[in-house]
Amino acid sequence: MGILSWLILVPLIGMVYVMLMPKEKVNLIRYGAVIISVIPMLLSFWLTWDYFFNYSGSAAMAYMEGPYEWIPSLNIQYLLGADGISVPMLFLTGLLSTISLIASFSIKFRVKEYFAFFLLLEAGMMGVFVALDFFLFYVFWEIMLVPMYFLIGVWGGPQKEYAAIKFFLYTLFGSIFMLVAILIMYFTSEPHTLNMLELIDHGPTLSHTLQMVCFIFFFIAFAIKVPVWPFHTWLPDAHVQAPTAVSVILAGVLLKMGTYAMLRINWPMFPKALQDLSFWIAVLGVIGIIYGALVSMAQKDLKKLVAYSSVSHMGYCMLALAAYSSVTAIAGVMFQMISHGLITGALFLMVGVLYDRAHTREIALFGGLGSKLPVYTALMLMFSMAALGLPGMSGFVSEFMIFIGAFGALNKVLVGIAVLGVVLGAAYMLRMFQNVFLGEFNMAKWGGLTEINGRELLTVIPLAILTLAIGIYPKPLTDLLQATLDNLVLLMSR
Amino acid sequence: MTEHSYLIVLLPAFSFLMIVFFLRWKEKIASLFSIAMIVTSLIMSISVLFETIARNGEAYTASFTMAQLGSFKLQLGLLIDPLTAMMLVVVTAIGTCVEIYSIGYMKDDPRFSRFFAYLSLFLFSMLGLVVSDNFFMTFIFWELVGLTSYLLIGFWFEKKSAADACKKAFLTTRVGDLGFLVGLLLIMYYTGTFNYEEVFAKIGMDVFPPAMLTLAAIGVFCGAIGKSAQFPLHTWLPDAMEGPTPVSAIVHSATMVAAGVYLTARAMTVFVASADASFFVAVIGVVTSLLAATIALVQVDIKRILAYSTVSQLGYMIMALGLYGYDTANGHHSPGFYAGTFHLMTHAFFKSLLFMGAGSVIHAVHTNDIRDMGGLLKKMPITAPTFLIGSLSIAGFPLTSGFFSKDEIVAATFGHPVFTVLTLLIAFMTAFYMWRLCFLTFFGKPRDEHRYEHAHESPKTMAYPLIFLAFMAVFVGWTGIPALSHGFASFVFHAEPYHPHADWMNYIVSSIVGLSGIGLAWLMYYKRKIDPDKLAERFKPIYTLFWNKWYFDELYDIIIVKPILAIGRFFWSFDANVVDGAVNGTAKVTLLWADLKWWFDRWIVDGAVNGCGWIVRAFGSLLKYIQSGRMQFYGLFILFFIVAAGIYKFESAYLNGWIFTDFLEVTTLFVILIGFLSYFAKTIVPESTTKPKREE
Repeated sequence: MGILSWLILVPLIGMVYVMLMPKEKVNLIRYGAVIISVIPMLLSFWLTWDYFFNYSGSAAMAYMEGPYEWIPSLNIQYLLGADGISVPMLFLTGLLSTISLIASFSIKFRVKEYFAFFLLLEAGMMGVFVALDFFLFYVFWEIMLVPMYFLIGVWGGPQKEYAAIKFFLYTLFGSIFMLVAILIMYFTSEPHTLNMLELIDHGPTLSHTLQMVCFIFFFIAFAIKVPVWPFHTWLPDAHVQAPTAVSVILAGVLLKMGTYAMLRINWPMFPKALQDLSFWIAVLGVIGIIYGALVSMAQKDLKKLVAYSSVSHMGYCMLALAAYSSVTAIAGVMFQMISHGLITGALFLMVGVLYDRAHTREIALFGGLGSKLPVYTALMLMFSMAALGLPGMSGFVSEFMIFIGAFGALNKVLVGIAVLGVVLGAAYMLRMFQNVFLGEFNMAKWGGLTEINGRELLTVIPLAILTLAIGIYPKPLTDLLQATLDNLVLLMSR
Repeated sequence: MTEHSYLIVLLPAFSFLMIVFFLRWKEKIASLFSIAMIVTSLIMSISVLFETIARNGEAYTASFTMAQLGSFKLQLGLLIDPLTAMMLVVVTAIGTCVEIYSIGYMKDDPRFSRFFAYLSLFLFSMLGLVVSDNFFMTFIFWELVGLTSYLLIGFWFEKKSAADACKKAFLTTRVGDLGFLVGLLLIMYYTGTFNYEEVFAKIGMDVFPPAMLTLAAIGVFCGAIGKSAQFPLHTWLPDAMEGPTPVSAIVHSATMVAAGVYLTARAMTVFVASADASFFVAVIGVVTSLLAATIALVQVDIKRILAYSTVSQLGYMIMALGLYGYDTANGHHSPGFYAGTFHLMTHAFFKSLLFMGAGSVIHAVHTNDIRDMGGLLKKMPITAPTFLIGSLSIAGFPLTSGFFSKDEIVAATFGHPVFTVLTLLIAFMTAFYMWRLCFLTFFGKPRDEHRYEHAHESPKTMAYPLIFLAFMAVFVGWTGIPALSHGFASFVFHAEPYHPHADWMNYIVSSIVGLSGIGLAWLMYYKRKIDPDKLAERFKPIYTLFWNKWYFDELYDIIIVKPILAIGRFFWSFDANVVDGAVNGTAKVTLLWADLKWWFDRWIVDGAVNGCGWIVRAFGSLLKYIQSGRMQFYGLFILFFIVAAGIYKFESAYLNGWIFTDFLEVTTLFVILIGFLSYFAKTIVPESTTKPKREE
């Protein structure tokens, strides 16, 4: 069995382990889950390392497993593989899963079920990023909904049921379109196949109408996940109600599955449809950027602000995805996916740290925390600055690449409007920062707040280091992506 | 040394990291360490300067690739040319002064080490900006100085005014950076590179459509408008005075705000290629300069007067550079580039001197309001004279640095009479407001006895930098004396060296203008021959306008800040009601549909099924009475049916279907009869005998 299968299997083994533990042995469950999740994390690190040195020169799939027959009568196969766009995602998934599990130590209620669901979620996420058979992909895509539904619905905030159901149904609604599109692809191919690599060659041979239909169907499914404006309203609810660690995974990995799937499936499979629709996709992206930023500005809840900032940040991804002919823009998408995963993940962790202590996230209730919690404030400042795209951090590199790439490939006025997001992004972040951290400190009310502790630092420091590392020296990542993206751009420009 | 000049930039960064991670709690070591680093940078900068002079100003370049995708590259690089070398020395020299000064000024501040960490971070960013060899790297450090400016303005963040000011500074400059970014995008699009020299070479090859070139130049200049606090984005700089005074001295007067001027000078080739953009630059410069000078005339906060003065002087430099671009584009020879960069240097020294002097005064009297000062000359034997020297220099007193550089700016306006007149007018106002400040602060009787009594000269760490800077404020300008064969003008230049010549007419006129400004201030605030209050009363509308800074803050609040917040709230309710409303509405409609289906299912579909059952049950419940088990009834029924069958037989045989026509009728009649009999049976049969006991 190859490394990719292990990435999926180890979390599943972890889940079985957690389920076998008696539920009173909370520490055995927690530490066991964390330790088991370290294995796929290290595997994903090794995979990134190995890919970088041995495979990044070519666009071919690496670490291929299969095709093994699974359901031969329908030609369904077990087929895994990774290339330049999946490897960074696996890295992110491995890292954020472990970090989230560590951040989950504050969960006190039904610990066993929580950790079991979490590990199942990790297996599903890994699977999505490595599956190359549509059936397999669809199974992983759907399987993740189940643990996610329970994680939000059981361990969430006051409106958890509403948020969980909304998340579940919304995503499922999109999945139906995906299923139809998959079936169209299956039945039009000869011999019938669900192998994505083969279907990438099959897609462009379809009639124009069918390409459009499939493209739009896939797009709806993935756009809900990203989320692209106007399919975004499940996101703030899910984020605000979900426990901290789940928000981290949601923002850090789940949203990326949408953009990843676009790059993996939607874009290269139906290039003609993409070329016809790219302007409108860019428009949706720009609306997302500006709209998300403006709505963030009106938020009173810290977590909701971060959630809406995700809408804005993912808007950059959509803008750049529309600029399919530019390698720089597509690299910008990858950078933005990674960078948003790191930064927004960290912001959610930081908000969780404050919420655990203050039991509120109402921005207006705070003020002057900078004098009481210097380390926490410094970290929050760093991540806020990263989120608003300050140079030296990964967000800047990604936004800059996106602008450069999109400006060359898309309508210049549209990109000019998108640039406004840079100021609006700074505005809502700095407003939040001022209201929470600057100004007079209310000693009577918040005198009891304690500084961020060692376990919490352990969760955010790796994200801080990576944010800085990618921001200061992005070249390793561009080198890793280069060959895959060159090939992808060729496919998309067919 | 030049090949190691990246160390000049990195040493302050090292100092920042050391303080943050190791020296945070050791205040004294932290400050000394950061001073040691900046002094090393200063020494290296000086040697780089001399090496550059020795190379005859030839540029040294080196670069490092940060990211690469095909032909698209993001690079960091060094460009050490005379302009860079000059700025390096200016930044590190003033940086050293400010850090030494801060030991005294920030003494007893609970966040003393943090201050030095921030200052080091600032110096790192500023030096990075200076040595940059491409637009991209300039933009990186451009934003980083913005960050450090944010941190330093908000250093005392418990004060609401400081917290407001730092946010305002960051956001306002970011508005300018928007333009900068668009400029960069255009440059990348048309030239495919960010490297200054390559971009300039490409511009020479006409790859740029002229309109786009103008747009790109104006875009880049927007960055300068923000950072150098030019009209219409000038409003953040006066508020930035909420930061500690050493910060004002270095960040908000001498170096960071001069970055806009530096960038304009650096990108001069772009401006020269577009006369329109250059003219735009010149107009922005002169408008800013005039606007700020008028406001400075009436302010009473010592730091704010200096802040407006800074805005005004930066406008001067910008104007000179713009006029250079315009004249050169039209084929004229112009001293503008030399004037702008030269004034950048001299201004850095005398303005940081003035700020540090003002800080020393504030430190002594604990107020910023010059109406509460007076007579401090006797109390402050070092601060006062050095401050006066700085004021002479900025007023353009003959043979001071300011005199030489301002003359060149005036010279740069020749050929554009409106600019010349305005420049002289601004020079007059500058001399006036600076000396108004001096007379009110250092001369006359103390207006607040209590403050005066407690006033004292500042400690040595604060005094020595003042003496050094006062020296520089007089003599640094001598490098530009036209008599020098290898002066500033033949070292720092764009395209080709400029050879200044002594223009006596200009010297005389400028001197008269400066001196008359000082003289008027003397008459009004020292001799009290003219009563300033009466004058203010007489020109009340204008005075009010100046006093309220032309109402820019109020205007921006109404036309920008409030609308954006309102739009944010509008979209938020739009999102909750319309977008999410659609989602929830879909859910509601689905639920309603489901309810409808459920109703149909319950009453119609299931109703039919249950209806059948009900009918059967109803019959059953009647028929059961017949089977009561009593023989008499059975006998009665048998008798009854025999009779009935007899009647039917008789009827069909003899009456030919006269009564009963078909089977259905017979059946119906039969059923009715049975029903009737059952009912009859029910009425006469006791209940207990007919009802089965289910439990059994």
